[in-house]
Amino acid sequence: MNPLGVSFCGSRLRNPTVLASGILGVTAAQLKRAEEGGAGAVTTKSIGPEERSGNRNPTCVALPHGLLNAMGLPSPGYEAMGEEWRQLKKMKVPVFASIYGASVDDFRRVAAYVADKKPALIELNISCPNTAEHGQAFGFEPSVAADVVEAVKEVSGRVPVSVKLTPNTHKTVAVAKACEEAGADAICAINTVSGMAINIEARKPVLSFKKGGYSGPAVKPIAVRCVYEIYEAVEIPILGVGGITTGRDAIEMMQAGASAVGIGSGVYYRGPNVFRLVCDEMREWMRGNGFASAKSLTGAAHD
Amino acid sequence: MIDFPRMVKVAGVKKDGGVVVLSLAERFPSQPGQFAMLWLPEKGEKPYSFLSENEFGIAPVGELSRGLASLRKGDAVGVRGPYGRGFVLKGKRVLLVGGGCGVVPLAFLAKEAKKKGMAVTVITGAKTAALLSLHSSLASCASVFCCTDDGTKGRKGFVTDALKDALVLKHYDCVYACGPEKMLRLVAEICVKKNVPCQLSAERLMKCGLGICGQCDLDGLLVCRDGPVFEARDLLKKPSFGRTSLSASGKETVL
Ligand SMILES: Cc1cc2nc3c(=O)[nH]c(=O)nc-3n(C[C@H](O)[C@H](O)[C@H](O)COP(=O)(O)OP(=O)(O)OC[C@H]3O[C@@H](n4cnc5c(N)ncnc54)[C@H](O)[C@@H]3O)c2cc1C
Ligand SMILES: Cc1cc2nc3c(=O)[nH]c(=O)nc-3n(C[C@H](O)[C@H](O)[C@H](O)COP(=O)(O)O)c2cc1C
Ligand code: FES
Repeated sequence: MNPLGVSFCGSRLRNPTVLASGILGVTAAQLKRAEEGGAGAVTTKSIGPEERSGNRNPTCVALPHGLLNAMGLPSPGYEAMGEEWRQLKKMKVPVFASIYGASVDDFRRVAAYVADKKPALIELNISCPNTAEHGQAFGFEPSVAADVVEAVKEVSGRVPVSVKLTPNTHKTVAVAKACEEAGADAICAINTVSGMAINIEARKPVLSFKKGGYSGPAVKPIAVRCVYEIYEAVEIPILGVGGITTGRDAIEMMQAGASAVGIGSGVYYRGPNVFRLVCDEMREWMRGNGFASAKSLTGAAHD
Repeated sequence: MIDFPRMVKVAGVKKDGGVVVLSLAERFPSQPGQFAMLWLPEKGEKPYSFLSENEFGIAPVGELSRGLASLRKGDAVGVRGPYGRGFVLKGKRVLLVGGGCGVVPLAFLAKEAKKKGMAVTVITGAKTAALLSLHSSLASCASVFCCTDDGTKGRKGFVTDALKDALVLKHYDCVYACGPEKMLRLVAEICVKKNVPCQLSAERLMKCGLGICGQCDLDGLLVCRDGPVFEARDLLKKPSFGRTSLSASGKETVL
């Protein structure tokens, strides 16, 4: 038996590490690379209703303890991705399709198209802090988030739907509960933490969008806290994301309640093979600490 | 790891053919072929190849490059880097082929090759004589052959024609090229056919420069992290090389 194997919303994952949305996943070739780097599943860059170039550079910098980005949801638009979908069919690991929109109707439209391509899961990005009109506004209010989930569930057929939450509100747990009640099949937490960095010599925020989303090692405690609280509030599985770069980090996130873990910034810190490295470290820790399967890690830190 | 633009003072600005040479007041230990992300607030941030450890060569073609080219001594520019993998010098006799501002990293490479005692030949091309860049810098360490599309200087025609002839006349241990990707694809095909090792510096739109956003994808390679310099043999396996690249939205666009 493969001790790292887990299941997530009906998909069998060879290990619990998942490439997080927005990292590398612009093309099928890069998703393939994450697969080769050991990922148990991969998430596409968030796909939007129409073509969008994103924000002007600088869009991403590395601070001493994490990354700050405001890519601004660039997307070719869902209808322009025919060839990528064909390429994605060749993937061995499950592909999660992340989508976003500026209205409930956008989400419905993109989800209907994407569901038809039969990804392993649709992830609703209602949590991006980096555009004016899309994103985290949907993740601030439980009732608004529930509307998005309901609309998408009407068109998603058998494809499970996960909701990616923002930590930039005190209502994260309430939003998770509302999404579960509206029919969501899983929760993904967290998206980036709203932040800013100023270049003091230039006397300017360094990102052209001024604000950005903070990720990487610095946000792990925030992500772990969110996942821990969400785990106590909902029954559906959680994909824990935020600050995971080592096997110990992944185990911590699973003990907080995650059934699988997303890795984004870790690709910067340790390269595209970060998934394999994390898995090796998990296996070794599990062997030394009497855990026979990754599954049994989920929620282990709860009373 | 920190990758944050540092504001560095401009020590000098000088026009040289089609590029403006920007000298900075600080050195960045770097290899020919590596690049830095140069930032002007409000105008953007893009990759530029090192011309030396403290110089860049900017072709003023758009908003950011014109902004960089019009900086004056004492102004500041944001710099992060060096990034990427540069050229690896091999053998005793090398041939450098540059189109347009692709000559910038090659001028850096020519100096390094000369320091190592190699025999250096450069083929450089531009639309017209006035746009041929860095000629005297190249001539100080290499034999230089020019091509112009309009015949105003040197041979009339493309650098790829001059390359074919050069490979017939002499043996070279390695060819190094930088320029528009269409040109690079031809260079790669010529060299592989002749069985001459060849390294190329690819060009893709970049955003993060850190190997995470995926914008600079070249059929699974990340130009910012795995490149920008690759072996010709490897690039010829990639269908998009010299043909298409991703626009800022991630849409595949014909070059
Ligand atoms: C690894 C790497 C190294 C680079 N090194 C250099 C360098 O040493 N010097 C340098 O000047 N540029 C270099 N570039 C290109 C540079 O990053 C910018 O793309 C370029 O300066 C144009 O930016 P812009 O915002 O000024 O113009 P944009 O607004 O992007 O472009 C304006 C117009 O110019 C055209 N254009 C873009 N690039 C070129 C070009 N190179 N030649 C002719 N026309 C062009 C565009 O198609 C457009 O029509 C490099 C790129 C990469 C990926
Ligand atoms: C450069 C970059 C781009 C991102 N783009 C997206 C995106 O398009 N959609 C999304 O849901 N999350 C996006 N994220 C958020 C990540 O998926 C992840 O939730 C967050 O970075 C925290 O995980 P990490 O610390 O492992 O990076 C992005 C993050 C980064 C660093
Ligand atoms: S520019 Fe972002 S990965 Fe290369």
